[in-house]
Amino acid sequence: MLATSTARTLARRRVKSFIMIALTYVAALIATLPLLLILWHLAAQGASSVNWNFFTKMPAPAGEAGGGMANAIVGTGMLVLIASAIGLPIGVGAGLFLAEQRGAKLATAIRFLSDVLNGLPSIVMGIFAWQLLVRPFKHFSALAGGIALGAMMIPLVTRTTEEMIRLVPVSMREAALALGYTKWRTSLSVVLRTALPGIVTGALVAVARIAGETAPLIFTALGNQFWSVSPTQPIAALPMQIYTYALAPYDDWHAQAWAGALVLIGLVLIISLIARYVTRSRFGLGGD
Amino acid sequence: MATARAEVLDSAAQPMTETPVRATATTPVCLAVESLDAYFGATRVVRGVSFGVQTGQVTAIIGPSGCGKSTLLRCLNRMHETIPGARVEGEVRFDGRDIYDPAVSAIGVRRHIGMVFQRPTPFPTMSIRDNVAAGLKILPRDQRPSKRETDDIVEHALRRTALWDEVHDRLNASAVALSGGQQQRLCIARALATSPTVLLLDEPTASLDPLSTQRIEELVYELRSEVTIIIVTHNMQQAARISDRTAFMLAGELVEYAPTNAMFTAPRDPRTEAYVTGRFG
Repeated sequence: MLATSTARTLARRRVKSFIMIALTYVAALIATLPLLLILWHLAAQGASSVNWNFFTKMPAPAGEAGGGMANAIVGTGMLVLIASAIGLPIGVGAGLFLAEQRGAKLATAIRFLSDVLNGLPSIVMGIFAWQLLVRPFKHFSALAGGIALGAMMIPLVTRTTEEMIRLVPVSMREAALALGYTKWRTSLSVVLRTALPGIVTGALVAVARIAGETAPLIFTALGNQFWSVSPTQPIAALPMQIYTYALAPYDDWHAQAWAGALVLIGLVLIISLIARYVTRSRFGLGGD
Repeated sequence: MATARAEVLDSAAQPMTETPVRATATTPVCLAVESLDAYFGATRVVRGVSFGVQTGQVTAIIGPSGCGKSTLLRCLNRMHETIPGARVEGEVRFDGRDIYDPAVSAIGVRRHIGMVFQRPTPFPTMSIRDNVAAGLKILPRDQRPSKRETDDIVEHALRRTALWDEVHDRLNASAVALSGGQQQRLCIARALATSPTVLLLDEPTASLDPLSTQRIEELVYELRSEVTIIIVTHNMQQAARISDRTAFMLAGELVEYAPTNAMFTAPRDPRTEAYVTGRFG
């Protein structure tokens, strides 16, 4: 009697377990499905237009075949550079502050505000940057776009830096102090250095994220059909170029937009791969 | 090489010895603790402890978990105060000066009184060589040894901790690749590289296997000729094996402090007797 009921319970549990495991597999597949579909679609539509000219040539006038997005690729590079120059030092510094001052009231407030800023819609950041950096100077500029993107990077970098520094065991800090290290030297040359691979990864993820932003640039960098690397002039960027080309009524431009999207996602993918590689490097918490 | 080491010791010793009060020949007391209290917030975890640590000896601090022995040890190189809310009252006289004197810097104290912790703490971003040299790199410019002197000091420290033969062909490899016992000896080498006068060991073998433990014990035994050692241990046999004098703590108080032999064979306090015979703790 007892034996049969146990056997039946066991069988029922096995079936339940099988169904639940199957469901998690399905959920995992669905979770990656959008990315796979996007990649497949982009490759199908855009791959034919991605060629050497696309990277080296300027946009061709409407109706004319060929041409590329050299200005937008360089523009995106420049915007990311300006954004990183602002977002990385401030973000890492703020993260270090939050990690070192854990419980302090000011730190709690900054942590909360940083989370709010992180959730801020990017279009709001764009309008704010326009009000602050475009209107007073009476024209759009690459600098304004870079600063808007940099401001978006700050909360991302701040929080990952804080998390990574917190992963460094207290014993490491104590070991340095016991050797006669000063507090700031302990923070910089032991704690920050130990957390560095994680911080670099976080920074690259932040770069990958802002590289694809469009909304903050509409109000700031504006876009540019011509070659420009001047920080005070409007500048082209891949996401905006894709937007413009996709809305235009020309088939050539549509093909170019697909190609632009493929290149953008390719860039983001490369950055993510570098981030993964850095995390797995020889020295550091993550790895041996 | 010997001169290089002597220079490091001499120059490093300067900040602490501006007013040498005692004569070393007559009173071989290296550290004199006087009515020391240590607090975490409002909780007093070390209560009115006074004792003298003698130069060139191994002093063991034993007692049950939570009796304040680690805190007492951390008061001896001003590591206790690095914990938020922690503070110290009383005196610790080292080289004739109270290390808690406002004019004395904690950094200077820690350069002369080294410390090794329960868990090995090699710096994961540094190579084996850089780990050992970590304490030298931060010395003031005029006291910092050259690269060649550093290499010599590193080799000497690794030889003293019996690590040299095991790592000499991979000094530039990551220190985290070493075994737990090797990492702990590396930490001792790192502490020795700056030629400290006193070495504090906070349960250095608690996370190690018996063989590694034995090697550390032998090392402690050999090092006593060069450096005064204070070791916290919850292992009474270890205290009996390697120490010259033993301090027994209970609930934050120093119950008994005596030569190790006397402590284990003829304890004066009934609480000590109960503890060393295994009736509690």
